[in-house]
Amino acid sequence: MNQRAAILSLITPAYLWLALTILLPLSAMLYYSFLSDVPIGNREVSWTTENYRTFFEKAFYSELMLRSFKLGAEVTSICLLLGFPCALALAKSIRGRTKEALFLLIILPFWSNALVRIFSWTMVLRGNGILEYSINWLLPGTGPLDLMFTYPAILLGLVHSYLPYMILTCYISIDAIDNQLLEAARSLGAGKLTILFRLIVPLALPGIVAGSFLIFIPVIGSFMEPRLLGGRNGTFIGTIIEDQFTAVFNWPLGAALSFIMMGLVLLILFGFSPLVRRLK
Amino acid sequence: MIFLKWISRIYLICILLFLYVPILVMIALSFNESQLYRIPIEWSTRWYEALASNSKLHSATLNSLTVALLSTCLSTLMGTAVALAFFRHDFRAKRLLQVMIFPPITIPWLIIGTAMLVFFFWVGIGRGLHAMILGHVALSLPYVVIVVSARLKSFDSALEDAAKSLGASYWQTTFWVTVPWLMPGIIAAALFAFAVSLDQFVISYFLAAPGFTTLPVEIYTAIRKGFTPEINAISTLVIFLSMLLLLGVSRFYRFGGRN
Repeated sequence: MNQRAAILSLITPAYLWLALTILLPLSAMLYYSFLSDVPIGNREVSWTTENYRTFFEKAFYSELMLRSFKLGAEVTSICLLLGFPCALALAKSIRGRTKEALFLLIILPFWSNALVRIFSWTMVLRGNGILEYSINWLLPGTGPLDLMFTYPAILLGLVHSYLPYMILTCYISIDAIDNQLLEAARSLGAGKLTILFRLIVPLALPGIVAGSFLIFIPVIGSFMEPRLLGGRNGTFIGTIIEDQFTAVFNWPLGAALSFIMMGLVLLILFGFSPLVRRLK
Repeated sequence: MIFLKWISRIYLICILLFLYVPILVMIALSFNESQLYRIPIEWSTRWYEALASNSKLHSATLNSLTVALLSTCLSTLMGTAVALAFFRHDFRAKRLLQVMIFPPITIPWLIIGTAMLVFFFWVGIGRGLHAMILGHVALSLPYVVIVVSARLKSFDSALEDAAKSLGASYWQTTFWVTVPWLMPGIIAAALFAFAVSLDQFVISYFLAAPGFTTLPVEIYTAIRKGFTPEINAISTLVIFLSMLLLLGVSRFYRFGGRN
């Protein structure tokens, strides 16, 4: 059997598929981002860099881009603060069947539809919703909370959606740390905090970095969560891009904004690459 | 030490509660009589009964299942082949190709979805069932490759060598030795791909045609237009289906690593 033919027949279908669904669409989008209009029918279309200029000239867009990146950073940090201790507890202080069961319980909700989860939050947070009702029942006279359609509501919904990613990636790298290493440190007199920050955190860094990117990237592109939980306060670059494609039909501007967003993400990835390289 | 142990247990329980609050609320309110989600809850199954005659949700559910089933078959087949090629052979561009499999999960779905919309429109593929299958397969491919490759790590190539030395051809070895051994991994990968497709909203949202939507897209439209507890009822059913699938995966794929 010719080795070359074997390799080709194994990989060609998948990569042709990816070319058709990822590579070519992204190229088409890049092309569109330099057009003055959508080339439908007989419209006059010319080359232009106006779509990119719009971004840099109108403070509106760059402010929204910044707002999205800030949201991404905040959601990622909260997930890390909540998720890391959870992963640590799961990996190092619980054993056997309980561990496997708890692990399944943590990834189960993450298997339910993201949209459905956000929808449930709207029922919890809205005026006269579950949260208001329960708090007023426990502490009568608290009055309305007005949480729905605010920035904290968006934050809450996104953290809830992405927390399992952080727990999962941190868990995998903490679980791989040899217990004997921790024992050795302890017997040499290292305190709990020393063990945590000088041993566990550095060794779990690959998981922390992986989890952070798995959360940060989708959050800055999110549009459904801000719309449903943020209402009028839910305008981010993701919702603006979505509008360009589904409501305003300014595809070239939407394409340009998407590429600027991807460019910024790549810049951040490169910024972190020395760290990532050190991990290998 | 005992003290720390209890703190970590209590903490885990708090996190679990946080993760489950919205799901429990969703389920509880699907059995609530009031159309306006008034609480306290009055038990009723009227929204499940209403589901039975909601033809729009029926066709959306059917579409979701069709897309998920077809894209699962395609991505499992192609993804397993790729994992096999990476496992068996060393070739130029292998590193590059390995990296190329990941864009579907590392680029925001918003961008992939809109890019597909633009390109499919441009070349005349358009929107609808076929477009969604194209998109969903691309999204689940990386997951299939990862899960099958994980299973391949513990495969002993000596088995393949033995088959070959006994005269089996390359493809005979593949189909009679390697694939049967890989089956638990392949089934886990397929269930994974199915769940990814069933839950996929963003890509489907951009590729849905006026007459062809999937369940998540239909739910999104309903939420934005003002919703009824029927949405809770169908969501509850979807959650149970997804969870059953995950339990299925856990039979074949060991979560949580070595214990």
